[in-house]
Amino acid sequence: MPSWPVLISQAFNGLALGTLLALVSSGLTIILGTLGVLNFAHGALFAVGAYAAFVLLQYTSSFVLAIVVGCGFMLVLGFLLERIIIRYFYDRPHEDQILVTYGVGIVLVECVRAAFGGNAQRVPVPSWGQGATQMGFLIYPTYRLQLIAIIAGLLLSLYLVLYRTSMGLVVRAGIENPGMVGILGINVRRAFLLVFAIGVVAVGLAGMLYAPVVAVTPDMGANFMAQSFVVIVLGGLGSFPGAVIGGLIAGEIISLTSAFNSSYSEVMLYALMAVLLIMRPQGLFGSEDRA
Amino acid sequence: MQFDRRQLLLGGVGTAAGLMLPGSAFAQSPATIGTFPEGVTADSVFVGLTIPLTGVFSGDGGDLKLGYELAIAQINAGGDIAQKWGLKGKGVLGRQIKYKVSDTEGKPNLDVQSATQFIQRDKAIMVSGSVSSASAIALEELGSREKVLYMVGIAGSNDITGKNCQRYGFRSQQNAYMAAKAMAPVVAKALGKNVKSAFLVPDYTYGHTVYDSFAKFSAEQGWKQVAKEVVPLGTTDYSSALLNIANSGADVFVNIAFGGDAVASTKQAEQFGVLKRMKLVVPNLSSFQDKELGAELMQGVYGSCDFWWGLQDTYPLAKTFVESFVAQNKYYPRWGAHIGYMQTYLWAMSVERAGTFNPVDVIKAMESSKAQPYETTIGKVYFRAEDHQMVRPIPILRGKKPSEMKNKEDFYEIVDIADGESVMNAPDFFGCKLGPYT
Repeated sequence: MPSWPVLISQAFNGLALGTLLALVSSGLTIILGTLGVLNFAHGALFAVGAYAAFVLLQYTSSFVLAIVVGCGFMLVLGFLLERIIIRYFYDRPHEDQILVTYGVGIVLVECVRAAFGGNAQRVPVPSWGQGATQMGFLIYPTYRLQLIAIIAGLLLSLYLVLYRTSMGLVVRAGIENPGMVGILGINVRRAFLLVFAIGVVAVGLAGMLYAPVVAVTPDMGANFMAQSFVVIVLGGLGSFPGAVIGGLIAGEIISLTSAFNSSYSEVMLYALMAVLLIMRPQGLFGSEDRA
Repeated sequence: MQFDRRQLLLGGVGTAAGLMLPGSAFAQSPATIGTFPEGVTADSVFVGLTIPLTGVFSGDGGDLKLGYELAIAQINAGGDIAQKWGLKGKGVLGRQIKYKVSDTEGKPNLDVQSATQFIQRDKAIMVSGSVSSASAIALEELGSREKVLYMVGIAGSNDITGKNCQRYGFRSQQNAYMAAKAMAPVVAKALGKNVKSAFLVPDYTYGHTVYDSFAKFSAEQGWKQVAKEVVPLGTTDYSSALLNIANSGADVFVNIAFGGDAVASTKQAEQFGVLKRMKLVVPNLSSFQDKELGAELMQGVYGSCDFWWGLQDTYPLAKTFVESFVAQNKYYPRWGAHIGYMQTYLWAMSVERAGTFNPVDVIKAMESSKAQPYETTIGKVYFRAEDHQMVRPIPILRGKKPSEMKNKEDFYEIVDIADGESVMNAPDFFGCKLGPYT
């Protein structure tokens, strides 16, 4: 049995890990929950975000500025993807959507590889986040502590934009009945475009914020995509609050299992997902029809 | 099938030599086996290279490819460098080496698919490549089934010349056992005998064999293990494992994660303050780990690898290799390039020693290399007849401080070159049983 300090340390780490997982999953759940498109280019867009941070940090010494410009870049990329490809697939079956987004993902990853090569790139921790902070018996990286607060703010603002503004309402109505929304004189296509782009910005932002922590390689997104799926399945497919709670639960399971034996941490995560899928197929916050 | 006069002559000479030397192993080689003699034309032979150019191993794969290409170009040109390796004339036995590279993404099934195509369509006389041990094992088995020689690329698992060893496969890189046995005394001398160690172990064959070997040999030096964190391959966030390591009170952090995993886990270890409190030991360094993490993080790290370009001060052939590689590719080669380069030359030398491309004779030439070691980029080496593992020196490196670096790729100093003979496992220790020749 691990000691109390170890358990408390791991519980805290689970919270930090959970917020990161929630942010990584948010882009996936936004696009799925509002547009009904399962975006398999999610992992690739995560990598594109991390590389955007890498490139922009060469030109600016400010991490914040790099992130802001990077978000602008992801927004444009989101617009282009939606206009050129995704908009033709809203009415197509899920299989087609999965195939086309999967293809987009491969093209993006190979573009990154062609431009930067296969080796990991270095993205330093911003100057204000360097070092580790001693909190009682627990020592924790300062940047990760700051990320908890930054991500909480980001997730809240994303939620407000998507679920507490008229734009969010238009999008959700447009998914249920695009014809009716059109008759009401609302340009539903433009709302779709914006939501897709916001989803792309969210995943790109996750890539940018995570870049100083992980190995920035063209294939870095693949593992995050798998984890994102676990998180949104736990929380309920397409539910934004579900992704946040799902992320926190996943983080706690991984971390607390590690207090006992780290080799079982992922096994426990998938075991919980399996149990949940049997007991409650729509996930914690999912509704029957959307699942 | 057509023979040209040259082949007939060669065959005649071979047969005559065989007749003159009763009891010589060469006399029993079948006239037709695998892609021989079909794959040997009057002026060329074909070599198939299966290399991951995309996917997680693409960095190492790119380096490996450049090594093969440099060796092939030098052998085909037949200049001074090829002569220094003991080769005669242009090409191998007068044949130019033609080759194709197939991108296998690091997936064993694609390795097997491409190698099969090379053998059936192009009549490849030899196949080489691979960056992962899983690929190497699959290709070794294919080579033995098809009776086509396979020269192992980058692959460190004990199994390749252990329980999965094959008659048609030869490995030049040291196995995990050799690396650990060579490193443990050097590291114990530098970091102390009675230290506490914490291990980060990736959860697959490679990780476990390296852990077993290093834990065994470091324990013999008096090291005490206080933490062992097993993590899945491709883990992105090591925070929970690192938190345990940070709280373990260890003096040394032994990080077995490889490639991108090594980069991510080391970066995160630094952020958790682990590298400030513990010395880092990496039993097998990844090719571009130095560049990817930077000297700030890699300073003081102890590790081993197949080849470091600083060996050019010790071995003349290493100097010609490093110089010609830098001239061609504008960066210092890593061990990927070295393995590709050396394996190509070793094969060419063995063919010329055997006097034929017949794989059975070439295998026997390699198996008898203990009596006549090869002079190479890492000095005198030979393949062990019992398991086809090369007996070779092992460089032990220590990361330089940024201020000690003479150029931007001068990441390591060579603290020791362990003698190969002294670190070998017994040939049957990992259960090697080589298959038949024919």
